[in-house]
Formats: sequence, C-alpha cells, structure tokens
Amino acid sequence: MVETSAATPARPRRTPALRRRLLLVVSLGVLLVLCVLSLAIGTRDVPPAEILAALFGDGAPDVEALVWGARLPRTLVALLVGVSLGLAGAVMQALTRNPLGDPGLLGISGGAAFGIVIAVIATGVSSFYGYLGAALVGALVASAVVYALGSAGRGGATPVKLALAGVAVTAMLSSLTSGLTLVHPEALNRYRFWAAGSLAGQDAGVFWRVLPFVLVGVVLALASAGALNSIALGDEVAVALGRRIGLVRAQGVVTITLLTGAAVAVVGPIVFLGMVVPHLARAISGPDQRWLMPFAMVLAPVLLLAADLVGRVIARPGETEVGIVVAFVGAPFFVALVRRRRLAEL
Amino acid sequence: MPTPTLRRATFRLAVPPVSGVLRPRGIAVCLVLLGAGFLLFCLGMTIGDYRLSLGEVAAALVSRGDYYDQVVVYDWRMPRALVGLLVGVAFGMSGALFQTITRNPLASPDVIGISAGATVAVVGGIVLGIGAGLGTQTLGLVGGLGSALLIYLLAWRRGTTGYRIVLVGIGISWMCTSATSYLLARAQLHDAQAAAGWLVGNLNDVTWSHAVPLLGPTAVLVPTALVLAGWLRTLSLGDDVAIGLGTPVQLARLVLLLLGVGLITFGTAAAGPVAFVALAAPQIARRLVGQPTPPLLASALTGAVVVLGSDLVARTLVPETQLPVGVVTGVLGAPFLLWLLTRANRVGSGG
Repeated sequence: MVETSAATPARPRRTPALRRRLLLVVSLGVLLVLCVLSLAIGTRDVPPAEILAALFGDGAPDVEALVWGARLPRTLVALLVGVSLGLAGAVMQALTRNPLGDPGLLGISGGAAFGIVIAVIATGVSSFYGYLGAALVGALVASAVVYALGSAGRGGATPVKLALAGVAVTAMLSSLTSGLTLVHPEALNRYRFWAAGSLAGQDAGVFWRVLPFVLVGVVLALASAGALNSIALGDEVAVALGRRIGLVRAQGVVTITLLTGAAVAVVGPIVFLGMVVPHLARAISGPDQRWLMPFAMVLAPVLLLAADLVGRVIARPGETEVGIVVAFVGAPFFVALVRRRRLAEL
Repeated sequence: MPTPTLRRATFRLAVPPVSGVLRPRGIAVCLVLLGAGFLLFCLGMTIGDYRLSLGEVAAALVSRGDYYDQVVVYDWRMPRALVGLLVGVAFGMSGALFQTITRNPLASPDVIGISAGATVAVVGGIVLGIGAGLGTQTLGLVGGLGSALLIYLLAWRRGTTGYRIVLVGIGISWMCTSATSYLLARAQLHDAQAAAGWLVGNLNDVTWSHAVPLLGPTAVLVPTALVLAGWLRTLSLGDDVAIGLGTPVQLARLVLLLLGVGLITFGTAAAGPVAFVALAAPQIARRLVGQPTPPLLASALTGAVVVLGSDLVARTLVPETQLPVGVVTGVLGAPFLLWLLTRANRVGSGG
C-alpha cells in the first residue's frame, strides 16, 4: 500500500493517506473487540475463551445455547443495522448536500411506521415477519412518493426540494400514524412494540432475511461514491464532468431506501446513528466519499455495539433500549468533535 | 409570469428620511393571510356546545350583542383561539429566524434542539415531580432557554458559525429526545399519559392562564424581530458579505437567535411542541411571496393560519374525540408545502 504512494513522490498528500489507512485498520480492530465483548457480556458474563470454544463447536452446551441462540444473532443484527444506517446517512447527506441529512429524511421511517399501523388495522398481522414486510413496503412507497414529488417541476430533484418533500411526507405520515393509533388502541399497542426500537430478542432468521437488502444497498452505495464526489461540486460541475445527475440521484434514493428500510424494519426508528456517523467519518477521512463510506460502515456498528453494551450493563439485570443509549453515548462525542476539528463543510 | 423581483417599487421620503422597497406581491400575500387568520380566529370561536354564528361572535368581539354571548366568547373561547394565533405567529417567525441565520431550510428550532430542551424539562417536571409548583410554562421556558444557551456556548469557538450551531444543535436535540423517551418509559402510567398529551402539541383545555403569559412576550419579541429584519437580510447573504456590508455579524446573530429562542420557548410552554409549524410555515410563506429567503411577517401569519386552521379541522372533523392540534398540522400543512414545491414554475424557485 505504501509503495504506490512512494513510487509517485510528487503526490503531496502521502502522510494523510497513510494515516487514513491506519485509522481504518484501528477502527476495524475496535469493532472486532466490541463484537467479542458483545458475545461475552450480558446478564450472564462468559469468559472470551469459552465464547471461542462455543463458536467452534466444542464448548459447554449451555454456553453454546447462549451464544448461538441469543448473543450471536444480536451481534450480527447490530452489525448489519449499523452498517446500513451509517452508509445510508453518508449517501443521504451527499445527495441532499445538507448536514441535517438523515436516512429517515426520505420518509422512510415515517413510511415504515405507517405501513405497520395500516397492516395491523387492515389485516391484524402479529408475526414479526408480517411487520418486516409491512415496514419495507411502507418505506418503499413513501420514498417513491418523496422522490416523485421532489423531482416534479422544472428544476428536477434539487437537494432542497428532495429534503423538503421528505420532511413534509414524513410529517404527514407521522401525523396520520398518531391519529390512527389514537383511534385504534389495538394498533397503538402493537405499534409501540416496534417503535420502542430494540436489539433484544432478535433471532438468526431476521439476520438472513434482511441481509440481501443490505448487501445490494452496500454495493450500490459504494458504486456511487465517485459520482457523489462529483455532485458535491455542484450540479453544473457534475454535469460537466459527465455525470448523469438524474441517474445518480435515483440510484442514491434506491440505496437509501434499501439500507434504511431494512434497518428500520428490524430495530425501529434509530436514526441518530445515520445522521451523526457520517459527520464523524467526515471529520476523520475528509470529504472524499470513497474513504468516507468505509469509515461510516465501520464507525456506525462500533457506536451501535458500544451503546448496546452500555445499555446491557448500566441497568442490570434489566436493559436500557439501545436507541436511548446511542444518543447519550454518541452526542457528547459528536459535540466534542464538532468543536475540535475544522470541519469539512458539505 | 414575470419574476417578482421586477414587480416592485422603491420609495424615498425626505421627511422622515426613510427609503425602502415595496413588493406588491408580498404586501398582498400578507393582507390575504391576515384576513384568513382573522376569519379562522372568529370561526374557531363559533364552535362548541353552545352554538354561535359568525355574526354573533363578531358582535361580541366589539362588546355588543347578547351578554351571555360575550361571556362565552371572552371567557371561554377566546383563550384557545388567541393561544392558537400567538403560538402560530411565534412558531412561524422563530422558524424563519432560524432558517435564515443558519441558511438551511431544515434548521427549524424543533430540529436543532430548542423544542427538545423545553420538552425534556416539562416531561421531567411531570414525571419526576421536580418543580411541580412552577407549572409547565416556567419549566418549558427554563428548558428551552437552557438548551439554547448550551448550544450557543458549545458552538462558540472564536465566534460561531451557522454550520456549527446546526451540528451542535443536532447533538443536543438527540440527547434531549432520548432523555425524554427514557423518562416516559420509566414513568408511572398516568404521568406518562399527562406528558404524552402535552408532547403532541395541544390546544384543548387552554384557559386565560395560558394565554396571558404568552401575550406579553410576543407583543415585545415580534415587533423587535420585524425592526431587526435588515440584519437578517444581510446575514442571509453569508458571513463574508454581511461583514462587508457593515453588519456586526456575531452580535446580530446572537440577538436574532435570542429572539427566535424566546418566541419558540414561550410558544412551546403555552401549547406544547406543535409539530411541523416552525419548519413548514417559513417555507410556505417564502413560496407564496416569491422571495429567496423566508419573509418574517408572512411566515408569522402563515404559522397562525396553519395552527388555527388545523385546530378548526381537528374540532369539526372528529368532534367526539379531543384530537390534539399537533396531529393535524402535519396532515394539513404538508400537502400544501408539497403542492408549492411541485408547482415550482420558475427554475430554482423550488429550492
């Protein structure tokens, strides 16, 4: 890795590039440590050696049941949700060129919640997979509507129009959701279960069902990194550089919908992660999307797993919901970073 | 359709020495909004167990007509209509101030943590029983001002920038929001219900004791903001241009932010965080007037129309349930904003 930059000594930014790689490796190491801790810590603490033994199939039966049945699925789901939200946030902020860009902004969280409420009222679903399907359909429909409304008119889908259309649709859907839940107590009861947003009680089936959506989303996101870099220079420059802006925006919307829809359907509306992690990543990597995206993909699960661990430990034997802890762990860190660094503005 | 920038008239008076720009479209929009606001204000007072006609309400307003009508209008119904009106004005204007200072249409005070601060203070007061004697109004005020101060101090590093205020605001906002949900989850059921009723933004059970503390501050803050609108216009051009034009940037930003914070916290304390108004009203007003930045007066009037209209809809559509106004503002305001967005008949006017 170092040789390539050494071979072209004219390149001035050699040291930052090396630093970025090192930081990425360090973050990956932290993520790995957190994964092991997430397997080990809980209402019953298990030493890491026994965890490893259980993972490779020669541990005590009760430890194996604990690891394979509860802790491993939970950790995997946290990884998946973290990667999705972090990456979706990065794409959203690049697409709308707005530091307040949030993966829920396209109406995805609002659509998912509305989908669940409608499904409960109309068909009375109660299975988890019923919720998952309803949430995904709701998210897809809402983001399609937002994109259609945001790109109508002569200017096409400008960032501000897209963001405003997203906020408006989200507000309308959440108003309708709270209106319906006020009228239907049964729907409120089921909806609350989902809206609380928790990583607890996830089984491996959830992971496998959501994985394809996330994989496609990750590939689409990484493939659009170069195009999003051009968009950051402004629409006119991007066109001059040969980008087809409409296509890039459509790809971005599909990416965000897949990633956020899947994550929100599983854990409920934890959106803070998607808004803050891209800023953290940008402070470390600079505005280049090709570096920002990998950092967001690593930092988001780090934050989510750390928050989940804190939530498991502070209120033993009970748990504090991860959505609550994420903001409390992440926000002071985020504020400190905003103050310390000379931020790369969008 | 000619661009609005061409359709304006300038004036210059020798005595007193005043000059300015008159935008006929802006004035017309404000007059229409004023009329609509007053109509909704009166219509809101006709509804109730004791039916009144619009004429009877108008007669009672000018101290004529039946004595009982006057009692009903002044003692029972006016607080609700007045709080709706003032809250709408406060939210709309506060949103316009914040969106212009930060130069970001999404940066309304309910996004960057002011409303969240007021909310956590009020919910904390209800759930933990702290300062029960103070009442929701004082608590909301303390929370909102406290979080605004915290955001400003944390964003201060040899001066502030709109960008840093926005980012610090998000952080504070999310901490407050998650603290609120933690409190709600751990609360006794009837405390949680009391807090949840306030959380959506509610004009039910509003009395004169809610309206009076709101009346004074808005009567001071709204005219002050209108007088200082010139600063707002130069700030909206960016810090560098504003300094070049001789605006004291840091002072102007601080004063305007304080005005915005005051408006939003007094409004929130009276009626709860009514969703979407502070964000949508300035954007709707901007598109109605056809100006590049949210106009203050039109934003305030739009806010009032949205809140009063939503309250009217909530009470006439589902009279049997006491639907909170915050549930309706989104359903009513959003389609209108979307319609304005898609109508964008001039390149760039959509955003």
